[in-house]
Amino acid sequence: MAIKESDIVEVKEPELSFWEKIYLPSVIMGLMLTFKHIFRKKRTLQYPEKRREEVAVPDGGLRGKNYRGLHRLNKDDQGRVECVACFMCATACPANCIDIVGDEAPWPDREKYPVSFVIDELKCIYCGMCEYACPVDAIELTPVYNTTGLSRDEMMFDKEKLLEQYDKTIDIKPRKNPLIVGYSCDYKEQAVEHREKVEEFEREL
Amino acid sequence: MDWVDLVIILAKILGIIGVVKLTVPFMILAERKVSGWIQDRIGPNRAGPKGIIQPFADGLKLFFKEDYTPDGVDKILFPLAPCIAMLMAIIAMAVIPFSGQVQVGERVFDMQVGAVNIGILYILAIGSLAVYGVVIGGWASNSKYSFLGGLRAAAQMISYEVPLALTVISMIVLCGTLRLEVIVNQQIESGWWNVFSQPLTFIIFLTCLFAETNRAPFDLAECEQELVCGFHTEYSSMKFAMFFLGEYAHIIVASCLAVVLFFGGWHVPGLPTGIDQPLSLGMALLGIGIFYIKVWAFIFFFLWVRWTLPRFRYDQLMRMAWYGMVPVGLGLLMINAGIAYFENPMMDSKLRWYQLGGNVAMLLVLLAIVAIGEIRVAKNNARLEEYARGMKTQN
Repeated sequence: MAIKESDIVEVKEPELSFWEKIYLPSVIMGLMLTFKHIFRKKRTLQYPEKRREEVAVPDGGLRGKNYRGLHRLNKDDQGRVECVACFMCATACPANCIDIVGDEAPWPDREKYPVSFVIDELKCIYCGMCEYACPVDAIELTPVYNTTGLSRDEMMFDKEKLLEQYDKTIDIKPRKNPLIVGYSCDYKEQAVEHREKVEEFEREL
Repeated sequence: MDWVDLVIILAKILGIIGVVKLTVPFMILAERKVSGWIQDRIGPNRAGPKGIIQPFADGLKLFFKEDYTPDGVDKILFPLAPCIAMLMAIIAMAVIPFSGQVQVGERVFDMQVGAVNIGILYILAIGSLAVYGVVIGGWASNSKYSFLGGLRAAAQMISYEVPLALTVISMIVLCGTLRLEVIVNQQIESGWWNVFSQPLTFIIFLTCLFAETNRAPFDLAECEQELVCGFHTEYSSMKFAMFFLGEYAHIIVASCLAVVLFFGGWHVPGLPTGIDQPLSLGMALLGIGIFYIKVWAFIFFFLWVRWTLPRFRYDQLMRMAWYGMVPVGLGLLMINAGIAYFENPMMDSKLRWYQLGGNVAMLLVLLAIVAIGEIRVAKNNARLEEYARGMKTQN
């Protein structure tokens, strides 16, 4: 396809003024600018003593609500894993770091559940696509940013670890949407009910 | 010469080496601190109070690193290059006068290692030898990045030594001497620091110093984006540290030279200066302190400029030297040589004003040249635009 004449934008180099061509005045102006910065307020956070959570957001604080840190697997009201092993997150993952083994669910309200759910936190690029893809809000990213491990195996987070993460972080970061219950049985009724719940939740917000 | 003289000379040599070696770590710390402040950061502050032992920790780390020699390097020249770089920087300090003559008991001695007749010449000679460290390092490394870095350094040095020498010759012609301590004494006696009567000369001199010391904005020999590290890419451990030391020692020498030539050495108005009679030891030490403070002010300026100005492109660098600085330096030399026709131009206050006038006149000429060029470019642009419009209407 040919580029239209009207789409072409000619970018001209900004012309130097006379004093800029002399060069020395602008050098002096630049020096004054950097000199002013010497006495400015410093933006550094002294990390272990002061953490981003403790600082206001404009001063470089952490936005806990949508920070993309370590993952967690959400639990429903009965303490079961919410995941239905649909593989949506593993499909969406650009780093291929999610490994799920699904099986028939032992509970009557859903068809599948994950027998094992492993995220390689070293491979993960923390893009949040898994959270975006999840149809049941089971996987979420938490504001935990300082995960460490002594070996590669330690950084493979399995189902237990991810569920444990839910208990640890639910106070810092509440779930985004209300809990979805009863996935498969009579879904139309459930859907209407869920829609109402979501609306109520949003009204409260 | 008896053994006391010998001891004094040895003490002076060791003192200078010690001071340089101790100043360099603090320069490195200052560099990191100043760069941090300018970028609204704090800078290193973990090792010791306010990060004061950080450079020593770095030195220790470098000392314990593996001294790796890559395959294919020149086995003799490779280790020689950092030695040259550091040696040249340190021996250039030998003729810098730090204070006036001192009298202790019966003895009178100079506050410089060698009060030689050819002070400035010696510094210029050693300064141009210093580039050998860089060039040999680049060549012996057998790596294309190092080689390019060395090449650039050589070309840059050759280009910038010309205007540097021209400005220094200006000062020599006016002072009528090559002895650095006499140049300082003239400034003290007349009460005029040379920078006040020769501002334009000083600016050119300073710019060339930046190029000579391979400092930003003239650090093309080691520009990271293009050449990894330039000439010291293949060096590690203490060899790298020696290059580093040499580079910073070179900055100290350059600062000393600038202080001596243009900022009155150890002179501060209102303090005894040791022209008529030698100083007492205390006053001499005070003079050294003043000199040291002035040198540090220059070092700060070096750092400040580094974190302000972006690096020049290579053609800009060359154009600036040959089209800009060499003609201006020649013009200044002509003016100053004219003033030197009168007797003792540095002592006479009237001739000092003439010098200032000459500098200002040179600056005005420069502005006029740029303005004329500007007008010509504008005219040419207007003609081109007219031509383009004509083409469009034809179509």
